[in-house]
Amino acid sequence: MSAAGAKMTREMVTPEGVDLALRLADGGERAAAFALDLLFMVLILIAMSLGLALLGYLTGIAMVEYVAAVWLLGFFLLRNFYFTAFELTLRASTPGKRITGLRVAMRDGSPLTANAVFARNAMRELEVFLPMMFLFTQGSGVDAWISLIGTVWCGVFVFFPLFNRDRLRIGDLVGGTWVVVAPKRILDDDLSAQAAPAVLFSEAALDAYGIKELGILENVLRRKDQAIMAAVAMRIRAKTGFDTPMPDEQFLAAYYKGLRGRLEGRLLFGVRRRDKHQKV
Amino acid sequence: MSLSLKSQRFRAEREGDWLRLDALLKELEAGHRRRLSDDDVIALPVLYRATLSSLSMARSISLDQSLIAYLESLCTRAYFFVYGSRTTMGERLAAFFRRDWPDAISALWRETLVSAGLGVLGTLTAYLLTMRDPAWYFAFVPRSVAGTRTPRAAAELAKTLFSSHESGLSFFASFLFTHNAQIALLAFALGFACCLPTAFLLLYNGLMLGAFLALFVSHGLGVAAGGWLLIHGVTELFAITLAGAAGFRIGWSLCFPGRHSRIDALAQAGRIAATVMAGVVIMLAVAGLLEGFGRQLITSTPLRYGVAAFTALVWGVYFYRRRNPS
Repeated sequence: MSAAGAKMTREMVTPEGVDLALRLADGGERAAAFALDLLFMVLILIAMSLGLALLGYLTGIAMVEYVAAVWLLGFFLLRNFYFTAFELTLRASTPGKRITGLRVAMRDGSPLTANAVFARNAMRELEVFLPMMFLFTQGSGVDAWISLIGTVWCGVFVFFPLFNRDRLRIGDLVGGTWVVVAPKRILDDDLSAQAAPAVLFSEAALDAYGIKELGILENVLRRKDQAIMAAVAMRIRAKTGFDTPMPDEQFLAAYYKGLRGRLEGRLLFGVRRRDKHQKV
Repeated sequence: MSLSLKSQRFRAEREGDWLRLDALLKELEAGHRRRLSDDDVIALPVLYRATLSSLSMARSISLDQSLIAYLESLCTRAYFFVYGSRTTMGERLAAFFRRDWPDAISALWRETLVSAGLGVLGTLTAYLLTMRDPAWYFAFVPRSVAGTRTPRAAAELAKTLFSSHESGLSFFASFLFTHNAQIALLAFALGFACCLPTAFLLLYNGLMLGAFLALFVSHGLGVAAGGWLLIHGVTELFAITLAGAAGFRIGWSLCFPGRHSRIDALAQAGRIAATVMAGVVIMLAVAGLLEGFGRQLITSTPLRYGVAAFTALVWGVYFYRRRNPS
């Protein structure tokens, strides 16, 4: 896990006593999800307008009044209930959050309530729409100064998530929620179960590295980048003094298998070797 | 192939359960709850617990990073379903109307009084000032809102009160609803800024109302204007007052959290305030209907007062009647 990942990880112990180690969404992920949602809302509005225009065109001018009413209500509903409606579903996420692999959860681990969802989204009025109003207000003289000051004042609410550890926006504070990363993952094959030439490494060769290096080797093997594998293989050969010629990928796979066997075996005896610097 | 490592055998033994849980969750997440058989539904919590125990075991015996990451994500997804909310939308709505909404509103009675007080203060101030000097009218009412209702045009005023704009009726209703709902939501959200902007908004709303009233009264249209305003105003002004009260609760718990930490106090206040606000939106929808349709169709002043009194009675009894504590 990267350093940034560790900083955003929060303990969440289930009633069964297992820590799920939730990772909170960072600022970039939140912003991306919101931008996507905004895009979808605009697209819906455009589609609706086109549909209504077509309807108006087909039925004549008498429709105009209803068209306007429907549009006004549609905009209102989108602005206030798009987020709420999607977050009330079982997946607790808007389309934008789904795409970025996020979901809303209560900070105390309890089930997400309708109240919390409503509260966190009602606050968007303060965080999104009020700043927009100030930003798009035209004026001169005193009015211009007022909207400038208003914009700066709203900035406090807009950038609030960047100034706390948990990336909570004001809606999250009021709703008692936060946004966690809950991506779908595919179960990868076990690298150690794949066919690799049986190579017997000496104990000294296997004691050269610890768990951290094993993780890095796993990533290298899964990525299958020839240049990186060649470089890593060279380093390991130099360190372990292993000089039997064989293709880099096969060598690394065999070494991974040997190292994992060695480290897991010692793990069973209660010895967890974090990295290569820890004494054997 | 022989499985030489203990972690390999561990995975081989349990992999089937994980993949089954994964498949079930995929169906649930796609919203196909109906597609699951009874067996699946019964199996879900069992599979969840088995996978959770796999996770803690994997953490202690396996060094396969991607396996642990997979199990963590699978357990997290399953956790949200197993411990997620069990009530259906219908049950939630029933609980909201039966208990949650009136309870939340009666719990906010102090804030409601303050909020109403500010509105009344604004109304009285503007009323008295405008009665003494009509020039004050434009200090309170922006020209865009005033329209043709200016101090000089008595005929226009009377027309406003009794005309039934047949044309543009539905547009008018939806405009009023969205406009007022937005004001109410703003009053609520602004509460977070330590109550002051909410107080200002309520006061200003009162000032506009007072100036309007003074204008009509000075032309001898006071009683008629009262009916014109109150037929929907009882519901609408009450809703805006409640929205302000909810905002006050939020701001107050931010400034004076009491025994709790600020963040806990906010979350607690947020729960109750959000319930009130969900109700406020409903009330505003009712007010929008009364204003857009009721007021334009009912043009008799006594009848308008009758509707106003009836709505006041309904809301009062619904929110503040004595209930057995749950």
